[in-house]
Amino acid sequence: MTINGWLQIALFSAIIIALTRPVGGYMTRVFGGERTLLSPVLRPLEIALYRIAGVDERTEQHWLTYTVAMLLFSAASFLLLFGLMRVQGALPFNPQGMAAVAPDLAANTAISFVTNTNWQNYGGEGTLSYLVQMLGLTVHNFVSAATGIALAVALIRGFSRRSSQTVGNFWVDLTRCTLYVLTPIAVVVALVFVWQGMPQTLGATVDATTLEGVKQSLALGPVASQEVIKILGTNGGGFFNANSAHPFENPTALTNLMQMVMIFLLAAALTNMFGRMVGSERQGWAIFSAMGILFLAGVLVCYGAESGGNPMFAPYGIDQNASATQAGGNMEGKEVRFGIANSALYATVTTDTSTGAVNSMHDSFMPLGGMVPLTNILLGEVIFGGVGSGLYGMLLFVIVAMFVAGLMVGRTPEYVGKKLEAHEVKMTLLALLCLPLVNIVFASIAAAIPAGVASVANNGPHGFSEILYAYSSMAGNNGSAFAGLSGNTLWYNLTGIICMFVGRFFFIVPMMAIAGSLAGKRRLAASLGTFPTTGGLFVGLLIGTILIVGGLTYFPALALGPVVEHLMIGTGTLF
Amino acid sequence: MLKQLRPALLMTVAFTLLCGLVYPLAITGIAKAVFPFQANGSLIEQNGVVIGSALIGQNFTSDKYFHGRPSATTDTDPNDATKTIAAPYNASNSSGSNLGPLSKALSDRLKDDTDKLHAESSVAIPVDLVTTSASGLDPHITPAAALYQVARVAKARGLPELRLRELVAANVENRLFGLIGEPVVNVLRLNIALDRLASAG
Repeated sequence: MTINGWLQIALFSAIIIALTRPVGGYMTRVFGGERTLLSPVLRPLEIALYRIAGVDERTEQHWLTYTVAMLLFSAASFLLLFGLMRVQGALPFNPQGMAAVAPDLAANTAISFVTNTNWQNYGGEGTLSYLVQMLGLTVHNFVSAATGIALAVALIRGFSRRSSQTVGNFWVDLTRCTLYVLTPIAVVVALVFVWQGMPQTLGATVDATTLEGVKQSLALGPVASQEVIKILGTNGGGFFNANSAHPFENPTALTNLMQMVMIFLLAAALTNMFGRMVGSERQGWAIFSAMGILFLAGVLVCYGAESGGNPMFAPYGIDQNASATQAGGNMEGKEVRFGIANSALYATVTTDTSTGAVNSMHDSFMPLGGMVPLTNILLGEVIFGGVGSGLYGMLLFVIVAMFVAGLMVGRTPEYVGKKLEAHEVKMTLLALLCLPLVNIVFASIAAAIPAGVASVANNGPHGFSEILYAYSSMAGNNGSAFAGLSGNTLWYNLTGIICMFVGRFFFIVPMMAIAGSLAGKRRLAASLGTFPTTGGLFVGLLIGTILIVGGLTYFPALALGPVVEHLMIGTGTLF
Repeated sequence: MLKQLRPALLMTVAFTLLCGLVYPLAITGIAKAVFPFQANGSLIEQNGVVIGSALIGQNFTSDKYFHGRPSATTDTDPNDATKTIAAPYNASNSSGSNLGPLSKALSDRLKDDTDKLHAESSVAIPVDLVTTSASGLDPHITPAAALYQVARVAKARGLPELRLRELVAANVENRLFGLIGEPVVNVLRLNIALDRLASAG
């Protein structure tokens, strides 16, 4: 670890802290239906969209209607994307002549983008036409993100409203999020990305003749426009196979920093919006602090493990020490322009959230370095988390934490003035239990049957880590991978579909039920007996709850993978 | 509930057109007008021929050039479409090695590569010179890795080592604002400069 490395991590953290409040304030206005700076340009478009779709923006929805609207929208976009991939060969903007995507891969990719997972069983430059990249993937990067944020807004309204039958209008939240939040940032940042070197063209692959006279085919495409929303919407599905490690998808240290900032930006701002909507920004900062502490802990472990280098390299006379002329450390699967600090930081950021973009190959991380992204995903991606999903996931952990605190003192728990009763706690546990139900169960089956084991690239405990990471990533709607695993097989495509579907929708429905039930309750004024939820005790309790729930559920599985592998370093055993 | 079906379908279509066509095509139009070089892939031409992209590494093997990092990219086996073969710096199929930290294959590869490199210089090998990058297309090496190769290139070119060291130093791109990123050397740009230096005598 170097001073420069920590300064870069500190700079990143400072930018996030500085942006949380202004962006949170802006988003509060957007979802409150207020006028914003961009209204003169976007309001006519917004009205036109409502008119075309037959939406009355003043009509609010019951939580059930809101949920059904979201499900129908997801179903329609799934079918459209699946169809596009199946017939891409006959459609325009296909200069490389990509053929139709196989049905199981098309279904896996479609569900993956609709659920904001963006698991990459497809190969990007080798599988998809430009039309599918734009009309399919780019669109879903927008709307699956907007859907997640809309759901979080609905849950926040559950906490902030008094005795209300409704939680908002899904179509309005979806539209306003896409138009006022996602699109303006995307347009500006996409152009900065092009300036930094990201291609943005509809032209075909260019054949170059290298200095040594060899032919090199350079895959290009409309990269920048997709890249920005892939990051901003915590999607993560790459234009290219190597994702944000590809020099066209992340050309400079500046684009790398901007990508990391945008991954956290909206999720961090949502904590502030939550605070504003429930009437006290300090409530938002308390949640922000819990997230921030867990984030820094992850960076510390990951950066430490990677900068230490790989002891296995020692006999070969290789210099892994950081110096003025090199970053040193474990450079297998990392890019020189990012070095160790920015690779470890990116890996932590992308898995704290449900992004899953990668700028280095997690499969080649040291055992403990690779355990950080895996653990982040298994904890439920609530450390800032996916846009929307991070906040609503975190609020469910808050409900558990307050329930536990209530049991300790023998009082009915309450949070920001809402009583948390049996119904809310039951629904919370239902949502939280659906993830281990699919990721642990499928990982166990895959580790035991030939169809699962055949895809593994590394032997020994690392192979198990690959399988566990894959199912955790899919169920957690993350999308990053220990990419050695050959995921494009019938077994992984089909079981992946189940994981991604359950991980997204089985979580959302109980969460929305909580939103509906909370909205209908009165808000109690804080009294002397109310447990304060803005102080250090609350933050500690929340972090403890997340770690205990995650630890109890997943420690045995982690012990079989990265922990065993770590203990075998230095024993001379290779796999 | 059926009332939600119409907005579901029409919103899907509307956003598909807006975010999937209008947005990327508008960005493409602006990008091509304002940043044509970058938008088209930062292509470098010499005598009217595209010799590569400034952002994509190339597979240098000759002693007369500085080499990039090992690359784990592959290509379809021309004899058997179900298999893949090693194809370093295949810019149509980016990928890393994905070898784990205790991988036997990684250890074997290191042994082979370091045996060759130790013949060039007596100092320890900079780690990036024997590890594959995440994309397999890394355009950069560290300044340390460039300096390591100076002796070999000087011998093959018949140029004094001091001039090559100066060339490397001139091609080091430092951290942005002295803070962000890592110091790098772009191998293709370095080798173009090297060719110029050699032809200028």
